[in-house]
Amino acid sequence: MKYVLMFTDNPELDARLAPGAGEETYKEIFAWFEDHDRAGHFAGSGAELQPVTTATTVRAGDDGERVVVDGPFAESKEVVGGFTIIDVPDLDAAIAMARTWPPLKHPGHSVEIRPIVEHGE
Amino acid sequence: MTDRPSGPDQALAVAVRAEAGAIVASLARLVGDFDVAEEAVQDAVVEALRNWRAKGIPDRPGAWLQLAARRNALDRLRRQQRHLKVLERLREDVPGDELDDADERVALVFACCHPALPADARLPLTLRAVLGLTTAQIARAFLVSEATLAQRIVRAKRKIVDKGIALTVPAPEDRAARLDDVLTVTYLVYNEAYVSSSGTGDDRDLADDAIWLAGVLATAMPDEPETLGLLALLRLQHARRPARFGGDGVLVLLRDQDRSLWDRSAIGSADGLLERAAGLRRPGRFQLQAAIAACHASSPTWEATDWLQILTLYDLLLRHDRSAVVRLNRGVALGKVRGAEVALEYVDGLAPDLAGYHLFHAIRADLLHTLGRVDEAHEANRRALDLTSNAAERNLLLSRLR
Repeated sequence: MKYVLMFTDNPELDARLAPGAGEETYKEIFAWFEDHDRAGHFAGSGAELQPVTTATTVRAGDDGERVVVDGPFAESKEVVGGFTIIDVPDLDAAIAMARTWPPLKHPGHSVEIRPIVEHGE
Repeated sequence: MTDRPSGPDQALAVAVRAEAGAIVASLARLVGDFDVAEEAVQDAVVEALRNWRAKGIPDRPGAWLQLAARRNALDRLRRQQRHLKVLERLREDVPGDELDDADERVALVFACCHPALPADARLPLTLRAVLGLTTAQIARAFLVSEATLAQRIVRAKRKIVDKGIALTVPAPEDRAARLDDVLTVTYLVYNEAYVSSSGTGDDRDLADDAIWLAGVLATAMPDEPETLGLLALLRLQHARRPARFGGDGVLVLLRDQDRSLWDRSAIGSADGLLERAAGLRRPGRFQLQAAIAACHASSPTWEATDWLQILTLYDLLLRHDRSAVVRLNRGVALGKVRGAEVALEYVDGLAPDLAGYHLFHAIRADLLHTLGRVDEAHEANRRALDLTSNAAERNLLLSRLR
């Protein structure tokens, strides 16, 4: 079963991390990707996103026109920082993978697990 | 309630409880669709209700249900015009004589109590998919409309399918955390029967269902001490049931119960379970609650109760369960060990969490009464009465106010 793992964080809290903590977590993230790649858990490419300050949103306005605004789609302290596509047997396997996502040791981080719609099964 | 009429409805209740979960699980594996399997079994239960009343109880009720469920699954898949390979398998695979699939049932319970499902759907889904209660029976027990409940169950089932929740028992390293969810739901099934006398009708007794399910879990996972603890706890609570209501249907509190009515053999078996659990050396909240209940069960009278031991057990329990209700019950033991004044101060400290809970006021009333503060006690009893809708509890509180 295929899922997208969406990695979210809270930039305000991240800014308060001790110097060097970010680099260390990055190393652990690389190791995490290598481990799960060897285990054959990835089903497509993912991406790490530029900071949320670079986000632009196009949304439907009241009169049906398209409104372009600066910023992410939801006013929230937590923002999507990246995503990856995985293929694992079931939700428990996806949860097990998400549990080991290294940045979760820092406050404000979370991983959202969403099944992918598979057409023409 | 031991004096239920026997007949098709009761035979059905027993057969459904024993078989429904296993049939759902094995059928789901076969057709690869939990939703189809669950609906098929549910329909079989409803058919059995009609058919057995009209034609009598079949020779092998479990096999009857299994065959009916298979036929229904076949119909559903045919209507949906899909799963052609599955249809072949269903035709070839002739059902065996006996279903002895404790593991299948346990896997199904884990799925129905999965933390990725909404908390308020886990209990009704377990009642329906594992224990085979009909939506109507569950709605009656919970005093909600059938439509509301049906919607909640349908949404939860879709989530099991769409999220990819597996019908498997979690790996040992993940089991402990998941097990607590499962045991909590099982406990809630019993609790529902314990506090409500509304019942489900149709000869389903949720208390029996809960004890049966706790037994299945304890048999399947005998090395998990909390499964033994829960089974012990339910047996101990159930042992007191004959004494819980007076002849006039008035609720009788633990302190006033006729202890000769307690079921001694159930208490003995619970003690045995607790000893086995203790041997595994991993205490938990169900074992500790059971130990508290066992302490009451072994005491000849309310006055002779070993309150110091009970208070010690509550202190241990608080390490596992900080809930306000546990803290409130600790207040009762505290009052017995260190006096009503100390206990009242402690209980008053719980007001921010419990001001809306009738037993908070009932226990305060008791402590105030002990301290001779009669007017305040009366006022607290009145608040308790305002906050409960349960008829038996209302009668008891009314008798105190008179």
